[in-house]
Amino acid sequence: MNSGIMPILKRELAGYFTTPVAYVFIILFLVMSGFLTFNIGGYFEAGQADMRGFFSWHPWLYLFFVPAIAMRLWTEERRLGTIELLLTMPVSMFSAVTGKFLAAWMVITLSLSFTFPMVLTTLYLGSPDMGSIITGYLGSFLMAGAYLALGSCFSAMGKNQVVSFIISVVVIFILMIIGLSGMWLPDFIPEVLIGALSNLSLLNHFNSLQRGVIDLRDIIYYLSVIICSLFASAVIINVKKAE
Amino acid sequence: MEQADCIEVKNLTKVFGSIKAVDNISFNVKKGEVFGFLGPNGAGKSTTMKMLTSFIHPTSGSISILGYDLALASMKAKEKTGYLPETVALYADMVTLDFLNFIREVRGLKGRAPIERVVNLCSLQSVLDKKIETLSKGFKRRVALAQALMHDPEVLIMDEPTDGLDPNQKAEVRDLIREMAKEKIIILSTHILEEVEAVCTRAVIINEGQIRFDGTPDELRRRSGIHNAVEIKLNSPVSNESINKLQELVYVESVKQAGKHSLMIFPENKKNISHEVMAFAIQNGFDIDEVSLKQGSLNEVFRNITEGGVS
Repeated sequence: MNSGIMPILKRELAGYFTTPVAYVFIILFLVMSGFLTFNIGGYFEAGQADMRGFFSWHPWLYLFFVPAIAMRLWTEERRLGTIELLLTMPVSMFSAVTGKFLAAWMVITLSLSFTFPMVLTTLYLGSPDMGSIITGYLGSFLMAGAYLALGSCFSAMGKNQVVSFIISVVVIFILMIIGLSGMWLPDFIPEVLIGALSNLSLLNHFNSLQRGVIDLRDIIYYLSVIICSLFASAVIINVKKAE
Repeated sequence: MEQADCIEVKNLTKVFGSIKAVDNISFNVKKGEVFGFLGPNGAGKSTTMKMLTSFIHPTSGSISILGYDLALASMKAKEKTGYLPETVALYADMVTLDFLNFIREVRGLKGRAPIERVVNLCSLQSVLDKKIETLSKGFKRRVALAQALMHDPEVLIMDEPTDGLDPNQKAEVRDLIREMAKEKIIILSTHILEEVEAVCTRAVIINEGQIRFDGTPDELRRRSGIHNAVEIKLNSPVSNESINKLQELVYVESVKQAGKHSLMIFPENKKNISHEVMAFAIQNGFDIDEVSLKQGSLNEVFRNITEGGVS
């Protein structure tokens, strides 16, 4: 059953690199992350050899970059009608959804891996805690996957890329700040609920990984978001594919 | 009983909102048959084909392809089926060869042989290294056809296979269909009636989601009001006397004057009576300019059936 993933993954990846999509994505991601870290975040001024100032921008970078790559996952298939071709071949919905997701995740991961000069710079400047750098990358990787899976869901809902992009950004933003120190929630919401909500926050789980703590719960959280969103994508596509 | 070498459709219904796109249709298609689906736009042809290929699921009823019930084993059925969708929906930004390779891999086939086969069948040699979006409509259609034939499927479902092709390409595709017909089950939809006669062994007319006719193309033609009518054109004005004489013949159902100089003679039971009529006309000294045997047009029959007229 899983053998169906490979051809789809390959085709999608080739699609990213035969069009400017992957190159534009990678270059802009690197430019923006450098700009935010050095110019806005004041990496040198902080006088600390760690990468907190680098990773802390990632949730916000991904907020726009990931929906931009997720928006075309399914909208294009439906707008062009190629979805009919794809899903009348012996390809399971699981393979189709997962293959597309993995290809996009690989492009994001590639962009992320090109930030390695940041690590070298930090190592040159001092002796940073390598553990927190590694968990930072792990957290960033998983968070991007969660954003992407959510974006895949919204791209499955319609044929319009722009609509899919906007809905993804808004929903991901809400899931990021939900339960953040209760700062925006009205008083009448009980504390238990706030606690529960903050456990759902995409941002809170990243913050603890960034600090160099590998908590299995954070990893499980991101993997569950990915699996649930991909499952939801499959269900949505099944319902809406013929429209 | 589900059979392993045919397609069985039972009480198939598809409802979209308040519209019954397909309304309780049943039919079987056997190996060797070329099943032509006819009907006006929106009659339910494409919806039925999308259900046959498991793209959409029926509201009720069942489909079995080569013994595989689509509700239970759609993956098996998909492996055996090649599908040419109605719209030319291909990955436009791919190069033809890459696209064919992708299809080959998804179908789980190895080696260059499957690709070489379909490239030859569909004459795609000249466009292998071109992007699909730059191809002409005819070539796009042939790439789509190549995709459907990649795994030499036992079941071939084609939604308007010759749409957008020029007359030469149409003839080529029809030849190809006829060639493949012996070993396959072929279902195609079309609104070109001549195509039904050219390739189909069976014609099914569907309208408002229901089957209105199911038979051979010949039987369809026989539905025509003027099938096997004999038209005689005379050199002199038609006389009432000759009409009366003709009407008395046992094999003649009725005679109509079709013009000042011409007569239409309708046979009993739509039999071919051209010889009898000609012999009679010569015996009685009719001054004949022209005799023709009418076949009736499929267009007329099609309109009668799909517009609720008498058939």
